[in-house]
Amino acid sequence: MSRRTARTSPALALLAASTLALAACSGGSGFDDPAPSGTEPAAESPSDGDGESSAPAGEISVLIGSSGDAETDAVTAAVDAWSQSSGTPASVTVASDLPQQLSQGFAAGDPPDVFYVSTDHLAGWAANGSLHPYGEQLANVDDFHASLRENFTVDGQLYCAPKDFSTLALVINTEAWEAAGLGDDEVPTTWEELADVAKKLTTDSQVGLTFGPEYQRIGVFMAQAGGGLLSEDGSTATADSPENLQALELVQQLMADGALKYPAEIGAGWGGEAFGSGAAAMTIEGNWIVGALRNDFPDTPYRVVELPAGPAGQGTLQFTNCWGIAADSESKEAAVDLVEFLTSTEQQIEFASAFGVMPSVQSAAEAFAAEFPEQEAFVTSADFAKGMPTVQGAAEVIADLNAQLEGLANADAGEILRSVQQNLQAALDGQG
Amino acid sequence: MSAQPATLPRKATRGSGIRGREAQAGWLFVAPVILLLGLFLVLPVVMAAWVSLSDWTGRGSPFSSEVSFVGAKNYSELLLGGGLATQDFGTALRNNAWYVVLVVPTQTALSLFLAVMVNRKWLRGSGFYRTAFYFPSVTSSVAITVLFLFLFSATGVVNKVLQAMSVSGPNWFADPRGVVHVVLGWIGVDKGPAALTEHGVLGVSLWQWLAGPSIAMSVLVIMAVFTTSGTFMLLFLAALQHISDEVEEAAMVDGTTAWQRFRFVTLPMLRPTVFTVMTLGLIGTWQVFDQIYTGTQGSPGKTTVTPAYLSYTASFQSQQWGRGAAIAFILFAIIIVMTVIQRRVIRGRDQDAL
Repeated sequence: MSRRTARTSPALALLAASTLALAACSGGSGFDDPAPSGTEPAAESPSDGDGESSAPAGEISVLIGSSGDAETDAVTAAVDAWSQSSGTPASVTVASDLPQQLSQGFAAGDPPDVFYVSTDHLAGWAANGSLHPYGEQLANVDDFHASLRENFTVDGQLYCAPKDFSTLALVINTEAWEAAGLGDDEVPTTWEELADVAKKLTTDSQVGLTFGPEYQRIGVFMAQAGGGLLSEDGSTATADSPENLQALELVQQLMADGALKYPAEIGAGWGGEAFGSGAAAMTIEGNWIVGALRNDFPDTPYRVVELPAGPAGQGTLQFTNCWGIAADSESKEAAVDLVEFLTSTEQQIEFASAFGVMPSVQSAAEAFAAEFPEQEAFVTSADFAKGMPTVQGAAEVIADLNAQLEGLANADAGEILRSVQQNLQAALDGQG
Repeated sequence: MSAQPATLPRKATRGSGIRGREAQAGWLFVAPVILLLGLFLVLPVVMAAWVSLSDWTGRGSPFSSEVSFVGAKNYSELLLGGGLATQDFGTALRNNAWYVVLVVPTQTALSLFLAVMVNRKWLRGSGFYRTAFYFPSVTSSVAITVLFLFLFSATGVVNKVLQAMSVSGPNWFADPRGVVHVVLGWIGVDKGPAALTEHGVLGVSLWQWLAGPSIAMSVLVIMAVFTTSGTFMLLFLAALQHISDEVEEAAMVDGTTAWQRFRFVTLPMLRPTVFTVMTLGLIGTWQVFDQIYTGTQGSPGKTTVTPAYLSYTASFQSQQWGRGAAIAFILFAIIIVMTVIQRRVIRGRDQDAL
């Protein structure tokens, strides 16, 4: 008898413990969350310490994934300035792993109010209702570049305000350029010219061209060939196209000529490092390379030019983040106000001079080009830039494509594109 | 612990008064641990199990009314779907299986060898060697990963040494080629036979399953052996010191050679420790995560993606929480099955020996 009780009791105790814990876990946003009414959170607030979820005019918490001190300081200063003028307290936190920390916040029903969202994560968080689609409420909504707005639109709704953006352009080491006997008027404007100068710039200790083995670089050639991964309306996968094949074959040809090597092959972590260290004479990178070269390789002389045109004209890729606002935020109005302030023309120009990003509003483009003449090519490239696919699941497909691109030199390019086509179409079908 | 208060009343069946309170007191003392284990172990496991069977999207509590039960959908998508999810999972299993197959026997053999060496009585400064061998185990795996990234970079120390010997080393962490494929390439086999390339399991062709660990993964194998051998050496050392000198002397009297003594006396007596070491090794290697997360992030060419890392990326990057949890549970099942098989094998041998 007593043995029986001894066996069952631990199980009972565990059950009791887990039920208790369950009750504790489900908290305010658990079983009955449709109405974010005032009473519940008020009762809960002593337990979750973070002032943000208590009062409607509570503190705004901002979570950012920072590229360095310059960015952190600039964002903190801007948020402080807004806090001063609006009277709403606000704090900035730098995430070490932004998607993970945000995911935890969304799961706990206690996310930061304002945060960075990348195009990779937008679809997933929009689909599970974590994001507050406030885009159309902004007074300056029409000022954003149209292509950027498109990037953050899901199902016809603009979810968040583009923070800033970058485009890819061709960065040339002017010293190596002159050493190879090339003149100013020989800047490549076609694929043939690109292949030609890349070969001329290749020496024993230096490769002509380098860029990372990823769609985020090689995609520029697809764009120049008139291809891409998705159709214009984003409803069908168009990866397996002759245009894309043409682009991959160009890259394969450059590799076969020895004029193109991936950064890892020449002992560098990314294109900018390979370029700055002198292992490569040209690279395809975005405007972040300006800051990186200034910090790590101040002696490398360079110039930035637009990428050459392919069979279908000029093309490049653009990358962007946006200011997301949590649907669970208790102070959405204040948060929208803050984002409006952060995306204003003056503020964006300030960010641009602090950490070298391009303003997402058209009204700041001229001022930016005037202030940073050496980055003119990045600005003008915006005219023909394409965004990254944002459909849910696309990030995984692109990750798989990138894995295959690492072995592109000896791979069947058509085979790669067919697999991408299949995976991407499956991801699109999975949505509907 | 819990059995003790329960067995005591059997002796004194007369009154339950004082003894009964003893049992209560026992439960009272155990309660904090039960509560902690329940909260931090049982509950998360139950929660994860539920998530793996639900369509939870990562927002709010998984137990809220909006989350619905989807049965084995996440599992079937992973195992039978044939899409990218299945391919990724198959690739992760392939990578991890090679990792386990190479790391577990190597680390067991090496740690046993080291333990036998430093256990020798005539070895001078054995304390120094014990510390030296144990050192990698107490160093943070993140620090060692970073160190290895430098050592094995394209222009790193390892390649410089190889270069001095007129060997051009591979670009270790950027080389996605499987080791078996590389070796086959030397003898002119670049493409697998159709029987292997056209059939596959979990979206990965048999030819790819047999590719072997990529060169990048091989570095991680070396690193795992390097870091864990010290810990297991300690386990073997403890077991070796339990074997009394008389046993060995008796064997010597019987006229055995050193190898015979090791093979027929020492090793059988170490069998429980071998089981422990192999089980711990098996669990550790199937769950490899931090080296991947801090080191390679799955690159090159997804050849260092492991199920544990895939579970993380599926959940946190792709917001596929159900899939991530399902991967974790399949991994759990793999580890249990492997441990049971291993136990059978080792115990079976034990009975033969008796």
